[in-house]
Amino acid sequence: MAELIKLTIDGHDVAVPRGTTILEAAKTIGAEVPHYCYHPGMSSPAMCRLCLVDVEGAPKPMPGCVTTVMEGQTVHTQSEKARKNRQGVLEFYLVNHPLDCPICDMSGECNLQDYVHDEGREQGRGREPKRVFGRDDFGGDVLFYGDRCVMCTRCVRFMSEVEQDHRLTVVERGDRSIIDTFFDEGLDGTNWHGNIVDICPVGALVSKDFLHKARAWDLEHTPSVCTSCSQGCNIDLHTRDNLVQRIKPRENLDVNAWWMCDHGRHNYEWMNHGDRIEAPLVREDSGSRAVDWKSSLSSILARAGELGNQPVKAVASPFSSNEDLGALAQLVGALGGGETTFRSSRAEAEVPLKGFPTLVRRRDLAPNRNGAELIGFKRVGNDDGFGGLDKVAEHDGILIVLGDALVDQTPDFGSKASLYIYLGTHDSPAARNAHLVLPVTTHAEHEGTFTNHEGRVQRFWPALQPPGMARPAWLVLGALVGELTERSGPRKATDAFSSLSGAVSAFGGITYDDIGTRGAVVNESVSLTGD
Amino acid sequence: MAYPYVSEHEVRILSKYFGDPKQRHLDTYVERGGYSALKKGFDSGSAEVIETVKASGLRGRGGAGFPTGLKWSFMPKDTGKPHYLLCNADESEPGTFKDRELMRWDPHQLIEGCLIGAFAIQAQHVYIYCRGEFFETNQVLARAVEDAYAKGYIGKDILGSGNDIDVTVHQGAGAYICGEETGLMNSLEGRRGQPRVKPPFPAAVGAFGMPSTINNVETLSIIPHIIQNGGAWYRQYGTEKSPGTKLFCVSGHVNKPGNYELPLGFPLMKLIDEVCGGVRDGNALKAVIPGGSSVPIITAEEAGRCNLDYEGCVEVGTMLGCASVIVMDEHADIVKQVRRMVDFYAHESCGQCTPCREGSSWTAQILRRIEDGRGTEGDLDTLMEMTQQMVGTTICVLSDSVAAPVQSSIEKFRDEYLALIRRGERVGAA
Repeated sequence: MAELIKLTIDGHDVAVPRGTTILEAAKTIGAEVPHYCYHPGMSSPAMCRLCLVDVEGAPKPMPGCVTTVMEGQTVHTQSEKARKNRQGVLEFYLVNHPLDCPICDMSGECNLQDYVHDEGREQGRGREPKRVFGRDDFGGDVLFYGDRCVMCTRCVRFMSEVEQDHRLTVVERGDRSIIDTFFDEGLDGTNWHGNIVDICPVGALVSKDFLHKARAWDLEHTPSVCTSCSQGCNIDLHTRDNLVQRIKPRENLDVNAWWMCDHGRHNYEWMNHGDRIEAPLVREDSGSRAVDWKSSLSSILARAGELGNQPVKAVASPFSSNEDLGALAQLVGALGGGETTFRSSRAEAEVPLKGFPTLVRRRDLAPNRNGAELIGFKRVGNDDGFGGLDKVAEHDGILIVLGDALVDQTPDFGSKASLYIYLGTHDSPAARNAHLVLPVTTHAEHEGTFTNHEGRVQRFWPALQPPGMARPAWLVLGALVGELTERSGPRKATDAFSSLSGAVSAFGGITYDDIGTRGAVVNESVSLTGD
Repeated sequence: MAYPYVSEHEVRILSKYFGDPKQRHLDTYVERGGYSALKKGFDSGSAEVIETVKASGLRGRGGAGFPTGLKWSFMPKDTGKPHYLLCNADESEPGTFKDRELMRWDPHQLIEGCLIGAFAIQAQHVYIYCRGEFFETNQVLARAVEDAYAKGYIGKDILGSGNDIDVTVHQGAGAYICGEETGLMNSLEGRRGQPRVKPPFPAAVGAFGMPSTINNVETLSIIPHIIQNGGAWYRQYGTEKSPGTKLFCVSGHVNKPGNYELPLGFPLMKLIDEVCGGVRDGNALKAVIPGGSSVPIITAEEAGRCNLDYEGCVEVGTMLGCASVIVMDEHADIVKQVRRMVDFYAHESCGQCTPCREGSSWTAQILRRIEDGRGTEGDLDTLMEMTQQMVGTTICVLSDSVAAPVQSSIEKFRDEYLALIRRGERVGAA
């Protein structure tokens, strides 16, 4: 524990460890010192000069981002001197800024807009023609609007310090300074460059994918977890009109800090697919018939009763939540037990973020492989996520498939099963023989948890309205378990999770409150096989 | 021999051999007593060298006037790390041309000073960062260093003393900001020439991340003389607080512009009238910038009261800087001169800090508009207020250098601005 330094900021007594900067110390009392170039994940060049604070006894205003606290110091972030400095610096920013907010993607979440609105001059004094740089394609997903740039160099430092691939630099000097790529090389082929759009405090770097798609103030932000690999990056799903418009990383120093990879960032269109199963379907000789939930569940229970104890084979997906998998495992148990398996794809190699080594695009390309294994599911098949189901396809007992689209299986899959229940988001040719096809929701549509590569259980929240009658799998499976065991099924995700934590020791004692938005690590040490 | 102009008021120590091409040769330099101070310094030990320099009261000649001996004493001792002595030869302040002369006429004087300085701060390597545009100077220096290596004045076991010191001449690429000490270090290391945030200071983390001291060419050039003759000898010139002699670079509207080595405390008007032969064509004096373009401009009346030492300049509201005296007569167009200076700074701003990057070019644009007769009185208030915003708010002092001429000229020559604004035409003919 570092020695605590006591000082006064804006009249509040603050005690922070030695070496803390004034800017970070001010955060502890909720005082946000405006800044551009400072970012907690990178070095501080102290060049935007916006975070200058008034330190009693200092001859000049001090940059809060690099000045460390001293015992007994008195700091003012809101004094006349500090505010006047910010007003002056903001005016300088506006001298050449195009003020094209109406057509700027950053409008509504722009730090320049916010700061000027808070503390800027009422009237600009600039009468001179503005400097014009124009627009540049930086390659990858990034467009650069040089006129909006505030020259904070966060993007340059991200590429050199965090991604450690020097693709960007400042060229020229003085007011001709501009961010540029090296010749035509651009950002193509880099794996983390989407982050420079996030950290750009203004609309200078924008995403091509998101360009002119939605206004920031129309977007709803829902905390979630990225499903593109087992790292479990914390994200926000930004939605409008019940569609995911983009993904942004959500800060969690234990997992992904402020960053996420480009693959995960752009892997969201599948959440918006329209060709979803919208109602429970009963397969009959004449075809499928949509039924209501009650009769579909009753028919399962009736059929299970008729069959008595038959061996069960269940195939799940590592995209299913812990709650879904826990409910499925309990259902298999309630039906007399059997085999639980899953398939998952693995990439050939990891893609690490060099400057933040605990953040890696993992080989396991699913969010919950650890959860599946902890809950007792065995991985079968190859690294493409195919194969391994030969015996399951021929199984003559009860067959339950959850979430696996079975794209490598033939339409004969499950033809011999005495009862074949398929729970999925989309219909599949291999579900042709299913007695019941039940519509379930994606993780974007319900609440639940995933267990990431290091065994961290992380919550996600519903961002989209589910289509039609689709329901979370844990709700459907939990209801069946409830009927079979003559208890009430889970009503809420938290019930489903506590049911799981009661049953699987790795999750024992963990509650949704413990997990919160930062996650909680399971009780057992886990390691993904083959890592 | 009359190096462009000489005056009987001069005390020529540094500039003794200006105009004598033979002095560039190592043999001549040694014949005339060169490199004996180096031996004396080695024999006395580094602590004694620092004490002598402290006793001399020598103040840094790069502009800030910080006591050199004190600066050297800040260097950590026996750290086990390499230490560096950097010689700032990136002379690019408008109006300044003394270091160029020191290097091209007497390169060994500088090299000897560098070696003594390096010995004092336990540095094994000296970098002379020379302005890129000084092609001839770079060649002279490179030749001198080569000769000194060949004769064993630089390199391993210098003069049998056991001291190893290397000297490298580094040619800059022509950026004013690389004359700022930390900008120079970045440039030397191959980075963008942008000043660094201080702290850490160079004595702790300097060039290549190692303890470093940086001195001006003129500062290091006088060192051999101080070591040879002692601190008390040096104090016979100049004033109590500003001892010694100083090269004054006089330019502008005088009859005999040039470099003059005078004791500090010399009256400004005496410099103009007696040393430099008076204002051109017998015109009246209008204004003087006594310390290079980054110090406040003073009026003729203030110039009459100004003694040229660090304190004397402060008394009339300006600074001695690097003693680059720019003289303007009654025909000078103050607005145009100020605009040209600001244009220079706007062009040379490194672009890191917002107030400097945006403020310097904005200031230049407004001044240009006023010059063109399209200004308003409100512009003057804007200029005063925004340049105030550029003082003390940036990493280095380049942006303060924009503010100084603008603010001082608006305060002292407001009429000239107003005349341009009101009549939409220019006064003066310069």
